[in-house]
Amino acid sequence: MTIEISTEQVTHAHKSKPFIEAEGLRIAFGATPALDGIDLTIAEGEFFSILGPSGCGKSTFLLLTAGLLHPTGGKISVEGKPVRGAYTNAGITFQNHNLLEWRTVLDNVLLPLEIRHIKNDRFVTRAHELLAMTGLDEFENHYPHQLSGGMRQRVAICRALVCDLPLLLMDEPFGALDALTREEHQLLLQDIWLHERKTVLFITHDIREAILLSDRVAIMSPRPGRILDLLTIDLPRPRSQDVSESPEFIEYSRRIRSQLFAKPLSSKMAASKMTGKTK
Amino acid sequence: MNWFNRTWPSILFAVLLVVVWEAAADYFHIPDILLPAPSKVIAGMIGATPLYLKHVWPTLNEILLGYAIALALGTLCGLIIAFSRFMGNAIYPALVATQIMPKVAFAPLLVVWFGFGLMPKLILIALIAFFPIVINTVVALNMTSQETIYLFRSMGAGPVQTFFKLRLPAALPVFFGGLKIAATFAVIGVVVAEFYSSDKGLGYLLLLEVSNGDTTRAFGSIIYLTLLGLLVFGVVVLIERLMVPAHMLKRFDETSGRTAG
Repeated sequence: MTIEISTEQVTHAHKSKPFIEAEGLRIAFGATPALDGIDLTIAEGEFFSILGPSGCGKSTFLLLTAGLLHPTGGKISVEGKPVRGAYTNAGITFQNHNLLEWRTVLDNVLLPLEIRHIKNDRFVTRAHELLAMTGLDEFENHYPHQLSGGMRQRVAICRALVCDLPLLLMDEPFGALDALTREEHQLLLQDIWLHERKTVLFITHDIREAILLSDRVAIMSPRPGRILDLLTIDLPRPRSQDVSESPEFIEYSRRIRSQLFAKPLSSKMAASKMTGKTK
Repeated sequence: MNWFNRTWPSILFAVLLVVVWEAAADYFHIPDILLPAPSKVIAGMIGATPLYLKHVWPTLNEILLGYAIALALGTLCGLIIAFSRFMGNAIYPALVATQIMPKVAFAPLLVVWFGFGLMPKLILIALIAFFPIVINTVVALNMTSQETIYLFRSMGAGPVQTFFKLRLPAALPVFFGGLKIAATFAVIGVVVAEFYSSDKGLGYLLLLEVSNGDTTRAFGSIIYLTLLGLLVFGVVVLIERLMVPAHMLKRFDETSGRTAG
């Protein structure tokens, strides 16, 4: 699972060109607002995380970016073009691997190539390379049910990367893994990103994970989702898990916590009781 | 050897059952008209092989035709319900409600409507076998998660690709579950249909033998009917094995298989 990274790639290339732009983005499901005016600009090649409590609408933002949901207000554009209908220039992974259980590992990774009719030598070679890079070369002919949770998630990541698209959308990809496997996979993802340099939109509720992996972290409020704060994580790459013991890391973490837990649960309960009465 | 380790208790149980039956029939001097010993049943079957075979063909013919009708109409209805929200809302509740209705109750009416030919038998078999096929087809085609559908859309897959690469293969285990239930139902249908209106077939023969007091031969007919059922079921299982990877079937049997009926 090791990938050679040249020092040139490691340098913190300054991101300028906007890749994803959201302006006053809103969406409501029925009468319930899920996202309430999101303004965000994510630069090309950036590893960008959205961090928030569960149910805050961060996954909804990802689906809006992918054009799989339609906003009720505001604008979202990717690569300078407004998103209309499914945006097909992105690879997606979810918390669930969503592999097709009747296909082998290799055939699962080849699926996007078949659908796009680009199953040629170049991309098939790339599929093999990605599987080798993620330590799955010996499992190409296995079926998903024969793999561990971490391996399945790696297959899903390979499937998202195989078409060599500019954007990678990841919705809590390691959320279902145990803590130790998760740490391993975070570093693997960093290696892949340093190697591939895609724009990554990463959704997580894990503070440590967000700081470890990201160039920038947006902190989202509970539903309806709003951006509370935007943090630039200025830590040298490649980062190891030890980075979480550095004073900078602890300071980032403290700042995020202060934003997320500004209101203790007890006062929220009191507030919701009061609004309940006024209705 | 693994197969033998799993199978020998069931073989032993079956053999023991036959032995106990044989011994009990002999020991308690049970008259043949009530319960003939297995040895006599088998001897009777061998003795009357041409007679049984003469009646096997019409019955098998009815099962296969009726089953084919149920398969075609059931799958078609299932597809329509699964793919059209309006049709689903309109038809599906009625379908689930009528599933409770005992379809064999229509057997005498079908004679009134369609007489004594092949038609009422095919209708009854198709009617009984139709329901598990439609309902399992609908359930099967909805086995795919919303996220997987999202993934396909983001890969640029159209409805045709999504159907053939995702919904169809995902549907097969549950779909075949319905086909297997339908196979056993078809045999029930054929027996009842032949009871009501027939001058040939194993159901007719069975009724004739019972009214003649020939219980030994009647058991022979029941065994032949069972063998027909096993044959149809076996063919469905064979096709299933060819079309669905084994690990998907195993998981289906362990989880939702038991509730599919």
